[in-house]
Amino acid sequence: MNVSVRPDEVLDAVGLYCPVPIIRTAERIRAMPAGLILELVSDDRVILVDLPAWCRSTGHEYLGHAQNGREYRLFVKKNRRREKTP
Amino acid sequence: MSERAAGSGGTIRAIGLLSGGLDSTLAAKVLLEQGIDVVGLHYSTGFCMNDHRRAMARPDEDPKRLRNEGLRAGADLGIPIEVLDAGEAYLKMVLNPKHGYGKRANPCIDCRIFMIHGAAEYMREHDGHFVFTGEVLGQRPMSQHMQALRLIEKECGIEGYLLRPLSAKHLPPTVPEQLGWVNRDGLLGISGRSRKEQMTRSDTWGIRDYPQPAGGCCYLADENFARRFHDKRLHTDPERIRREEMILLKVGRHFRLAPGVKIIVARDESENQFLQRFDLPGWRFEALRCGSPITVVEGEPDDNLKMLIASITARYSDRRGEPLVEVAARRDGREEVLLVPPVADQVLEAYRI
Repeated sequence: MNVSVRPDEVLDAVGLYCPVPIIRTAERIRAMPAGLILELVSDDRVILVDLPAWCRSTGHEYLGHAQNGREYRLFVKKNRRREKTP
Repeated sequence: MSERAAGSGGTIRAIGLLSGGLDSTLAAKVLLEQGIDVVGLHYSTGFCMNDHRRAMARPDEDPKRLRNEGLRAGADLGIPIEVLDAGEAYLKMVLNPKHGYGKRANPCIDCRIFMIHGAAEYMREHDGHFVFTGEVLGQRPMSQHMQALRLIEKECGIEGYLLRPLSAKHLPPTVPEQLGWVNRDGLLGISGRSRKEQMTRSDTWGIRDYPQPAGGCCYLADENFARRFHDKRLHTDPERIRREEMILLKVGRHFRLAPGVKIIVARDESENQFLQRFDLPGWRFEALRCGSPITVVEGEPDDNLKMLIASITARYSDRRGEPLVEVAARRDGREEVLLVPPVADQVLEAYRI
């Protein structure tokens, strides 16, 4: 999958181990208004499995990813309709 | 603890510990079947084997084998998951557990208290009604016998508000059951070490994608890790041990050469890369002109120990069959080259942790 999305905010998690990128994503999303898009930059391949799972569990929308060398850019839209705790 | 009324629309919210294993997944499912709003907490302790496997993974390894099982379970169950960093407070507990260690370095009772206490705090802050876990009476020798379950609940300060859905019928009714938030008839009466009943039940509910129960996932319960952990505690002031030092216990071959000197010898290229990422203050050794492990040194070796460290490094290098090997010792931009024979295995074993 290679998507082209214009994010509202960017979170750089390159070099961070699991599950820190997910923890940071959750913190950032929590502080963002609904409807905005967060780009997560990570070099952890498994984030391509974990972030969609996190989105499915929390109700945010996973928009896909783009790959740039060893880095992945993943896009999450904060859901305004079906927002769950946390 | 005061009784809380049900939320708007009569919603009852349960806060549970969700590792993503079979038991915690099933416990959450039991409550979901009763229409209860479930939130899962997934703790990152720093001692999870899967997290380390992920950091060391080969590029061709299937990412699904390395996924976070808590997130996967949350997605499959359709419940929100909060990933919590247990942080320094958890390390402090691990280094000095009030209720002691199990067979290895596992402080299971204190670990449960730590996590359930955190879940209770989360419950208070997020309008939860009670806490649940996937604990099964009699499944684990240290933390899941009747006395331990009671002790954990008492020390967490949530007596009556901690529900174990899988073993509930063997335990006294909790407040959520007494108040009718949870129907006791819909809870289970599982006990013991067999997981047959959980597997049957999960199959009925279509829960088939979970990690194998017998796999084990905590370094603290691992025999090799435990030896290194207790060696570390013995030779270092526990108050001064940092999280990074715990990470290093998972990597390489460990040798204690003197009370104040220990070395870690990488086992392969991925461990070499892993050690290179760490900004460690001490000496590093590497055999020259061949494939060589990186050896990192904790403590201040004298000249004799430096020769021994060089010999050990040579032993694990591609030149182990040669009579003499050049080994570089580097620190703070300095380099010394030592010419040594690879150490004999019988000498080496005396130092292995």
